[in-house]
Amino acid sequence: MSLLNDLVNLNLCDVTEKVIAEYIWIGGSGMDMRSKARTLPGPESDPSKLPKWNYDGSSTEQATGDNSEVIIYPQAIFRDPFRRGRNMLVMCDAYTPTGDPIPTNKRFIADKIFSHPDVVAEEPWYGIEQEYTLFQKDTKWPLGWPVGGFPAPQGPYYCGVGSDKAFGRDIVDAHYKACLFAGINISGINGEVMPGQWEFQVGPVTGISSGDQVWMARYILERITEIAGAVLSFDPKPVLGDWNGAGAHTNYSTKSMRNDGGIEVINEAIEKLSKRHKEHIAAYGKGNERRLTGLHETADINTFSWGVANRGASVRVGRDTEKEGKGYFEDRRPSSNMDPYVVTSMIAETTILWKP
Amino acid sequence: MSLINDFIKFNLNETTRKSIAEYLWIGGSGMDLRSKARTLPEPVTDPAKLPLWNFDGSSTDQAPGDDSEVILRPQAIFRDPFRGGSNILVMCDTYTPAGDPIPTNKRFSADKIFNHPDVAAEEPWFGIEQEYTLLQKDTKWPLGWPVGGFPGPQGPYYCGVGADKSFGRDIVDAHYKACLYAGINISGINGEVMPAQWEFQVGPATGISAGDQLWVARYILERITEIAGVVLSFDPKPIPGDWNGAGAHTNYSTKSMRNDGGIDVIRKAIEKLGLRHEQHIAAYGEGNDRRLTGRHETADINSFSWGVANRGASIRVGRDTEKAGKGYFEDRRPASNMDPYVVTSMIAETTILWKP
Repeated sequence: MSLLNDLVNLNLCDVTEKVIAEYIWIGGSGMDMRSKARTLPGPESDPSKLPKWNYDGSSTEQATGDNSEVIIYPQAIFRDPFRRGRNMLVMCDAYTPTGDPIPTNKRFIADKIFSHPDVVAEEPWYGIEQEYTLFQKDTKWPLGWPVGGFPAPQGPYYCGVGSDKAFGRDIVDAHYKACLFAGINISGINGEVMPGQWEFQVGPVTGISSGDQVWMARYILERITEIAGAVLSFDPKPVLGDWNGAGAHTNYSTKSMRNDGGIEVINEAIEKLSKRHKEHIAAYGKGNERRLTGLHETADINTFSWGVANRGASVRVGRDTEKEGKGYFEDRRPSSNMDPYVVTSMIAETTILWKP
Repeated sequence: MSLINDFIKFNLNETTRKSIAEYLWIGGSGMDLRSKARTLPEPVTDPAKLPLWNFDGSSTDQAPGDDSEVILRPQAIFRDPFRGGSNILVMCDTYTPAGDPIPTNKRFSADKIFNHPDVAAEEPWFGIEQEYTLLQKDTKWPLGWPVGGFPGPQGPYYCGVGADKSFGRDIVDAHYKACLYAGINISGINGEVMPAQWEFQVGPATGISAGDQLWVARYILERITEIAGVVLSFDPKPIPGDWNGAGAHTNYSTKSMRNDGGIDVIRKAIEKLGLRHEQHIAAYGEGNDRRLTGRHETADINSFSWGVANRGASIRVGRDTEKAGKGYFEDRRPASNMDPYVVTSMIAETTILWKP
């Protein structure tokens, strides 16, 4: 197969100016990612200079057969770790032919919030901890788990090492370097409490770019699991029982929070969040009620709580932040299948724009 | 196997001026591609300077045993992505020793149509969307499908990503780069609605060149599936039931259609095509009746229809073209196993030369 790999890895730079652009968008379920590629006459680094494209929305539950075209607008460019050279991955969002965002396009509304002058002035930073589970392809049972059975209880697996404790590290490490190559601000990785479950973090990233980078990191991860022959799951509670769920804890700060006296701003922000708990929970991912039980390092879905260094609370403030009187806080409520455009913009909207 | 691969990838440029030319032709069925190689004393870039050659037509259903020589006439040169260096692939067509095209040589009559002054003046452009299915070698069941069973229903696979949605991407990506390397104007690729089905597009290419490029792209694809140990199928309906078929939608425009007011020329052209529907269908690929059912994004084989953005019509005009008042249209009728020489020249003949 090395001949096949040679062709996949061909460096076309010596032979042509042409580059390949993989256009990526979010499909009709709000979680399925789709992509297709096109040849461009030369390299490009400005997304606004890339051509708009279209796809068959009737095949992704986003349009009807007799009016099937959905238009995709390039929004962010990343280097393609699979094709390398000058080839690129392009994160897009979706519009009708008349220029309106289609209902599943959550980026559009998020971008409006992030463009509001009050929000822009606060330079909101996000650090998202994306958890996920790897499954065996044919059985849909977690990677490394005995088929028809269970591994030993949780304990040894968090940040663990060894073939009886870490399942799938090659996927995780390949993803880490691929994201760095692509230009994603991936800040770290770790093995999680449930075996077969992992986490990567993206951030700090400002505003709308956080959503773009998290979606692109998810796409790269699914391409890598495809190569590895493992199935990627963002289900918030993949295995019932005494097994951790998967979340997408969202760390957040504004300019005011990062400056001296920021701890007051943080307290006010957390109080505003507490007053809109139900609205946030409704937007924080499907199936979250199976995960936010109050056990397994979560807070119960019906109550809002916060605390310093408290992993059983809805919102956690780190000891560093408490000590320095400024910093950031962690919203632990979003589930692994949340839409980062929705979550990041909603946190900004509630804490900066909303008046109780 | 690494020693064998080393030899295959050997760069001969340092030791000799000789180059290898792989002559390609279409065999007796009209769909089977054949090739053999010869050594040239030095690199050649002009097909007219390549020697004529011949092959044993009695082994390809193209000549009787007692008069078996069929002459190969080089028509187009491409860089050889498998041998690299200055080696070439040569697309040929086939003649009797007396100089007449043999019956399976569809290029000859296509070339006459494209050389007609009225056609040449219109600079007909073609963009062909070649769909195909990958099959497991020993079972002839689609790649990635469970043997003896079926995958989940269509929905997640179109432009999909992930080990449970995308089967055979390495073949597709190797083919994309190999074609760009060869000098084929491959404009994009995407995963199709049926799992293990893919599409690549060649174009825009002018006149006879569209057929040459598509045939060589098909050859390169079959060489790559050969390396991968997977079988390539151009059958228009590989799996009966609720599974999409495979087509070769042909996008078309003339100079008049691309200029201001082109939309009227387009309408007239579509009208002419409507008057010759049965003749076109007869030439658009064997077995197309199994595919053109009116379901699965096709129009019924017996009726001619057209619409803007309508994937259930025989001909689709894109929203861009409608909006700009000029552009191109898509003939969705040809099957994946169509002969591009026949289809492209027939569309040109009907729309430019034919008077109703």
